[in-house]
Amino acid sequence: MARLTGKEMVVEALKREGVEVIFGFPGGAIIDVYDTLHKDGTIKHVLVRHEQGATHAADGYARATGKVGVCLVTSGPGATNTVTGIATAYMDSVPMVVFTGQVPTGLIGNDAFQEVDIVGITRPCTKHNYLVKDVKDLPRILKEAFYIARSGRPGPVLVDLPKDVQNQEAEFEYPEKIKLRSYNPVIKPHAKQIERAYRMIEQSKRPILYVGGGVVISGAHKELKELAELINAPVAMTLMGLGGFPGTHPQSLGMLGMHGTYAANMTMANTDLIIAVGARFDDRVTGKIDAFAPMAKVIHIDIDPTSIQKNVKVDIPIVGDCKIALRKLVDVAKKEGRPKDVWKERLAPWWEQIRAWQERHPLAYKYDENVIKPQFVIEKLYELTKGKAIITTEVGQNQMWTAQFYKFDEPRTLLTSGGLGTMGYGFPAAIGAQIAFPDKLVIDVAGDGSIQMNIQEMATAMEQKLPVKIVILNNQFLGMVRQWQELFYERRYAATEFHVVPDFVKLAEAYGAKGFRATKPSEVEDTLKKGLETEGLVIMEFAIAREEGVFPMVPAGKATTEMLLV
Amino acid sequence: MKHTLSVLVENNPGALSRIAGLFSGRGFNIESLCVAPTLDPSLSHLTLVTTGDDFIIEQIIKQLNRLIDVYKVVDVSEGEFVEREMALIKVKAEDETRAEVLRMCDIFRCKVVDVSPKTYTIEVTGPESKLKAVIELLRPIGIKEIARTGTIAMVREKKTL
Ligand SMILES: Cc1cc2nc3c(=O)[nH]c(=O)nc-3n(C[C@H](O)[C@H](O)[C@H](O)COP(=O)(O)OP(=O)(O)OC[C@H]3O[C@@H](n4cnc5c(N)ncnc54)[C@H](O)[C@@H]3O)c2cc1C
Ligand SMILES: Cc1ncc(C[n+]2csc(CCOP(=O)(O)OP(=O)(O)O)c2C)c(N)n1
Ligand SMILES: [Mg+2]
Repeated sequence: MARLTGKEMVVEALKREGVEVIFGFPGGAIIDVYDTLHKDGTIKHVLVRHEQGATHAADGYARATGKVGVCLVTSGPGATNTVTGIATAYMDSVPMVVFTGQVPTGLIGNDAFQEVDIVGITRPCTKHNYLVKDVKDLPRILKEAFYIARSGRPGPVLVDLPKDVQNQEAEFEYPEKIKLRSYNPVIKPHAKQIERAYRMIEQSKRPILYVGGGVVISGAHKELKELAELINAPVAMTLMGLGGFPGTHPQSLGMLGMHGTYAANMTMANTDLIIAVGARFDDRVTGKIDAFAPMAKVIHIDIDPTSIQKNVKVDIPIVGDCKIALRKLVDVAKKEGRPKDVWKERLAPWWEQIRAWQERHPLAYKYDENVIKPQFVIEKLYELTKGKAIITTEVGQNQMWTAQFYKFDEPRTLLTSGGLGTMGYGFPAAIGAQIAFPDKLVIDVAGDGSIQMNIQEMATAMEQKLPVKIVILNNQFLGMVRQWQELFYERRYAATEFHVVPDFVKLAEAYGAKGFRATKPSEVEDTLKKGLETEGLVIMEFAIAREEGVFPMVPAGKATTEMLLV
Repeated sequence: MKHTLSVLVENNPGALSRIAGLFSGRGFNIESLCVAPTLDPSLSHLTLVTTGDDFIIEQIIKQLNRLIDVYKVVDVSEGEFVEREMALIKVKAEDETRAEVLRMCDIFRCKVVDVSPKTYTIEVTGPESKLKAVIELLRPIGIKEIARTGTIAMVREKKTL
C-alpha cells in the first residue's frame, strides 16, 4: 500500500477508471490537482474557455461513448459555472463526475475567498455528491463517484475537494469492487412480469412501442429491433430515444409528442397497449395527461422505479435494465413460437390505419425558391452526410427541425439537451464528441441565439484542432419563443428579436476558423458541401425564413391529437 | 391520507438535507419529522409524517429510496403500528386555575415537570390525537409555550425495520 496525497489519489483514480480525457479550467483551489496532472502527463486535459463549456463537453463525450465524462474546475465561480451543465446531464441521465476545488476545511463556512457551498447548490441536480473532509475517505469516495455515475440510471456526481485535503497524505488502496448497502439498482427484471407482459402483447390488436433515452443508454437497440420486428409493432421515439430504433425502418413512426409526427401521436392516441421502454412519460410527450392514450394498457420497462407510475397508471411495471428485459421478452416470444405471419395478420388493420395517418399528414414544409427553409437545410445535410454524422443540437426550432428531418439510424448519434433544454449545449457537446471520435464527422446544428451562449469555445476547438462543423440556422430570432408568441400571444414579439447578430463568417475567421454563408436556396447545397469538405473548424451560416414555424405542434396543455399542422 | 414513514438513512453529513430538499423540491408535504440515532452508529432513524393520495405516497417512497444515502423505507401506517409524540406545554396556572390544570393532568396521565408561581409545565405523551385533545382543553386556560417532538412510530409485533 502506498501513501499518496489527495491530489495524487485523484489522478491515480482517474487512471484506474480508464479516464482518457478531462475537461476543465483551473484556479487557486484546484491548482494542486492540476500540478499533479501536469507532472503525471498521461491524461489528456482539454482547457475550455468557460466552465459551462467543460461540463457540456464532458457530457457530449459521455453521450457519444457511453463512458463517464470528467470535469475539473476551481472553487467559487468555477464551481457555480458548472451548475447548468450538471443539471443538463442530470435531466438526461448522463454519467459524469465533476471535481471542484474548495477552500481549506478550516475556512469552510467563513465566507472565505471564492468559497461557495457547491455541494448544497448541486444537491438537487446531482445523482449524488460529496464534500471530502478527510483524505482517508478519498479513495472510497472516488471509487463510489464513478460507480454511482455510471450504474443504474446514470447521472452526474460531484466531488468537492478542499485544498488542504488535496495536500494531505494517507494510505491509498483503491477498492477493486464496491458494494453500497443503501444503493442497489435493480438490473435483472422479474421473470414473472416478463411473462405477464408477453401475454398482454399477445392479446393486443393495436400496440405501440414507445421508445426513450433508456434504450440508447443501455445499448438495447438490437434487442428492441428484434422484438419490434417479431411482433410487428409500430415504433415511436421520444427526442431522447431517436437513434434507439432506425429512423429509416418501415416500422418507425419517428418522434412523438409536442413536435412529433401526426402518425406517431395518432397511433399513441388510439393504441390499446403502450410498451414503454426507457421512457418517462414526459409532459412534452403526453400533452394533456387526462386525454393521453385513453384506451391503453401500459407495460413500462425502466431501470428507475420513480419513472414508473409517476405520470400515468401502469398495468405491468418492469424494473430493470431494458436490454436484459427486451432480450427476455424476445426469448419468451420465441419460445411461445407464434409465427411471424400470425403477428402480421393480426396487426394488418392497425397498420392500414397507421399508413393512412402517415399519408394524410407526413412531415412537410412549404419549399420556397426565394428564401431558405430550415427544413430544406436539414434534409440536404442528411443527404450529404448519408445520415452518418454525429449530430448535436442547440435548443429551440433548430433542435426540432433536426429531430424531424434528420433520420437517425444509430444510437448515440443525436446529442441534444432534452430535459433541461439548455441553449448553448450543442457546440461544447460537439467538442466532447469530436474528442471521443476524432475521425467522425461531428456537426452542431445551431440557432443564432443558442450558438452565442457558448461561442467562446471556438477557441477551445481551434486549440484542440477539432474539425467540428457548425450549421447555424439564422432567423435573427429566438425562434421557438417567437413561435409561441406568434401562436398564443398575438404576435407580440417581446424580447425575441435580435437587432444585432454578429457576422458569423467573420467571427469564424477571427478565431482562425473558416466561415461560409448561404442566403438563397440555390446556395444551400454548395455551402454545405464546401463547409463539410473544408478541413478544421467551420461555421456554415444559413439565412433562413425568419418566421418559419415548427409543425406539427401540440399546444402546451392540449391533447396530443390537437395538433397544429403545416 | 396521512402516512407515517420510517426511514433508515446513512449517518452522513447532508443526508437530512437531501431528504428535506427532496420534499420541498418536489412539493411533497412534511407534517412532522423526527431524527434520532439508532443502535448502529452508522445509521440514523427518521420518522416522517406526510399526506397524499396513494399515487403520491408511492412516489415519495420511491424517491426516498432513490437517494443514495437512504437505506430503507417502510410505510409504517400500512399495517398495525404504534405511534407516540411528546409535548411540553407551559400553561398559565394562577390561583383559580391551578387545581383545574392538575385535574386535567390526572385525567390524561400527564406529568408536571416544572412549577412556578404562575405556571405549570406539563409533559404529555401519546398518539397525536391525545396531544391535540390536551392542547384544546388547556388552550382556554392559557398556553404560554409549546414544544413538540414530532411523531415516532413502530410496526407492531414481529416485523422489525
Ligand atoms: C424545445 C424542446 C422541445 C421538445 N419536444 C419534444 C417532443 O416533441 N417530443 C419528445 O419526445 N420530446 C421532446 N422534448 C424532450 C423532452 O423534454 C424530454 O427530454 C424527453 O421527452 C424525455 O425523453 P425520454 O422519455 O426518452 O426520457 P429520458 O430523459 O431519456 O429518460 C430515460 C429514461 O430511461 C430510463 N433508463 C435509463 N437507463 C435505463 C436502462 N439501462 N434500462 C431501462 N431504462 C433506463 C431512465 O430511468 C428514464 O426513465 C423537447 C425538448 C425541448 C428542449
Ligand atoms: C439557457 C436558456 N435560456 C432560455 C431558454 C428558452 N428558449 C428556448 S428556445 C429559445 C430560442 C432559441 O433561439 P435560437 O438559438 O436562435 O434557436 P431558434 O429557435 O431560433 O432555432 C429560448 C430563448 C432556453 N431553452 N435555454
Ligand atoms: Mg434563432
